Amino acid sequence: MIDNIQNICYAFRLMTFKKNLSELRPNLSIFIISFILFAFAGCGPSRDKDLNTLTVWHWMSDREAAFQELAEQFEEEQGVKVRFDLYAPSEAYAQRVKASAQTNTLPDIFGILGEKRDFASFILSGYVAGLTAYLNEKDGGLSWKERFFEKAVQVNEFLPGNEYGVEPGIYAVPLDITTIQMLYNKKLYEKAGLDPNRPPDSWEEFLSHARALRAKGIPGLVSGFGEIWMIEALASNWAMNLMGEEKVFKTYEGKVPYTDSDWVKVLSLFKQMADEKILVEGAVTMVNKTAEQTFANERAAYAFNGSWSVNVYRGMNPQLDYAVILPPKITHIYPMKIWGGAGTSFMVNDRSPRRENAIRFLKWLTEDKQQVFFAGRTQNLPANKNCLSDIPLVLAQFADDMDNTTHPNVYPVRENAAVTEAFDKGIQSILIGEKTPEAVAREVQKVKEKELRKKQ
Amino acid sequence: MNLQKIRLVAGNYVFILPALLLFATFSLYPFFKVFQLSVMDWDGISPKMVYVGFENFKDLLFDNSVFWLSMRNAAFVTFLALTVQNSLALFLAWCCDREIRGGNVYRVIFYLPPVLSGIVVGLIWNWIYDGHYGLLNHFLHFIGLGDLSRAWLSEGRTALIAVSVIHMWKGFGWGFVILLAGLQSIPRELYEAARVDGASGWVVFKNITAPLMIPVFILVSILTILGTMQIFDIIIATTGGGPGYHTEVPITRIVTTMIGSSRFGYACAMGVVFGLVLLAVSMIQIRVSKAMRQV
Repeated sequence: MIDNIQNICYAFRLMTFKKNLSELRPNLSIFIISFILFAFAGCGPSRDKDLNTLTVWHWMSDREAAFQELAEQFEEEQGVKVRFDLYAPSEAYAQRVKASAQTNTLPDIFGILGEKRDFASFILSGYVAGLTAYLNEKDGGLSWKERFFEKAVQVNEFLPGNEYGVEPGIYAVPLDITTIQMLYNKKLYEKAGLDPNRPPDSWEEFLSHARALRAKGIPGLVSGFGEIWMIEALASNWAMNLMGEEKVFKTYEGKVPYTDSDWVKVLSLFKQMADEKILVEGAVTMVNKTAEQTFANERAAYAFNGSWSVNVYRGMNPQLDYAVILPPKITHIYPMKIWGGAGTSFMVNDRSPRRENAIRFLKWLTEDKQQVFFAGRTQNLPANKNCLSDIPLVLAQFADDMDNTTHPNVYPVRENAAVTEAFDKGIQSILIGEKTPEAVAREVQKVKEKELRKKQ
Repeated sequence: MNLQKIRLVAGNYVFILPALLLFATFSLYPFFKVFQLSVMDWDGISPKMVYVGFENFKDLLFDNSVFWLSMRNAAFVTFLALTVQNSLALFLAWCCDREIRGGNVYRVIFYLPPVLSGIVVGLIWNWIYDGHYGLLNHFLHFIGLGDLSRAWLSEGRTALIAVSVIHMWKGFGWGFVILLAGLQSIPRELYEAARVDGASGWVVFKNITAPLMIPVFILVSILTILGTMQIFDIIIATTGGGPGYHTEVPITRIVTTMIGSSRFGYACAMGVVFGLVLLAVSMIQIRVSKAMRQV
């Protein structure tokens, strides 16, 4: 009671105070009210009230136009407006999505860039809707899931007993697929006196072809090794070919050391490339965009790049005559596993009031007609396997090896980020002739042991 | 204090309230938040944070050689910026302070590089340093020093120096403008009097220009240290921190830890340690400069 009286007195005094203030400074009240109105104008969740407008966030500037056209088409057909918001480059986009998760302002549909543990964290925090039931729903014989390449779905799937503790299921819809492989320039092959229809299959052949190219002054391989994940992709291809997936995963588990002779041999391949001067000068710190320019301008005979590059090369040099091959095999004991699977996937915000509409839109977006349109416009491999017949030959070559694909996001066990960085940076050091494969293997193992100790 | 006075004071505070709120929201809160996050294990996504005490700091200080290597790299670039870049800026400012034809044109030219985006500058210099088609290698071949040509940004021995040159080229304009303003504030009568007394150019510089310019030197040095230690955009646009760890700097490590490894807490601890190092360096420099002024 006393408290209430005190509060009333305080409120009265405040009113008097305000009144006196307004006498002293006539515009003060207007000023404060205006400030508060302006300051908080953007804080209201007004967007949430509009149930008929979906918002999609993405980072793919090369696909923005196609997305906008599809959005217009969807609105015409289904009466639901879709707004695609582009946030590029991808690093800025990744940051924006993380920040929005913290403030609970994620859009209805979004993509997650990063590793599987980031994806898992989004799910565990309740930001991503489980889509298993929707994907398994039969619609005229086939389920939604059956439209896609199996590998494309796997990337978005969490299996029972997964290391992240995520409830088993599928949590995203693949839009396109990608594989990362080796490309070679047919014209430069001819120039070097090599058969343009007989690319290298084994490591020995690769070395001999590279020597022949070098003899004619043609630089060998270019790739964006400045972005160290490209090094990681090539090294893991060779590691899996040389020792098999199981041994690679055992290494990640800490049961096989990086100082094992097979790992030293993988590192030695890079040393051999450096010794034979196969790599284009400067490729060690090159970003992939520059590497793509180098290959498109016929300044390198080989490129290690993803299926997205078909669109890039077409834009840079439409006359470029090239074909796609698997990276040269080290042995024939184990298969050559390449990185691939879902390229772009979209997640649905579990907290969105437009959840059902968002799922409906994604289902529509991955139908045959839309996927053919999307693949045609963006020169990317569609995730829908029924649409491959309508794509260019080079793109189809990328798709041919879909069965050989794997990806860190589907590995049963993931390597620690610090170890991966030490491994990739170590390869950079080998490529510049600074360290030996043995020294790098020892350093990586040291980091691995440190990380294992932390886990205990 | 009577009610009238309180009202008057309160009225004044109400006027600064908007600025205070903005400052608190966008400066103070993030500042203190970094300290809070530095003692947490957090992936940047999950609403859950685990308190780890000083574990992040312990690991950073005693078990993270790469972070300290990055600090050493940044210190190397800073040393070059403090000496070579600022000497060049001072020399050019001294030239422009004199009555020369087209002085304003030079001022504009020298001030252009700092205005350009670091990413754009990095991309231009990528082309200059290119191992095959780079301008620098073409020039070396032209003057008969073709043996020196190389991929400047991809070799361990040259990468950090090459990046430093880009940074200095981009940064000398700031120092130039401040130093020129400082030179122009020195009363001309002092120079005239010295000349009447027969003082040489060096004596004039040593006894008039340098002592009067000490506050400006301090300002330029502090800005150079703070700006250079935080070098980032040029590195990202040229080497990405490679080859190996040759051009890693603290900010690239913080970004890699934060975005690449999703270790926000650890990255914040890096930020705190880095901030404290910068603070300590600036304090030392101010002390030394004060002592110099007294001498």
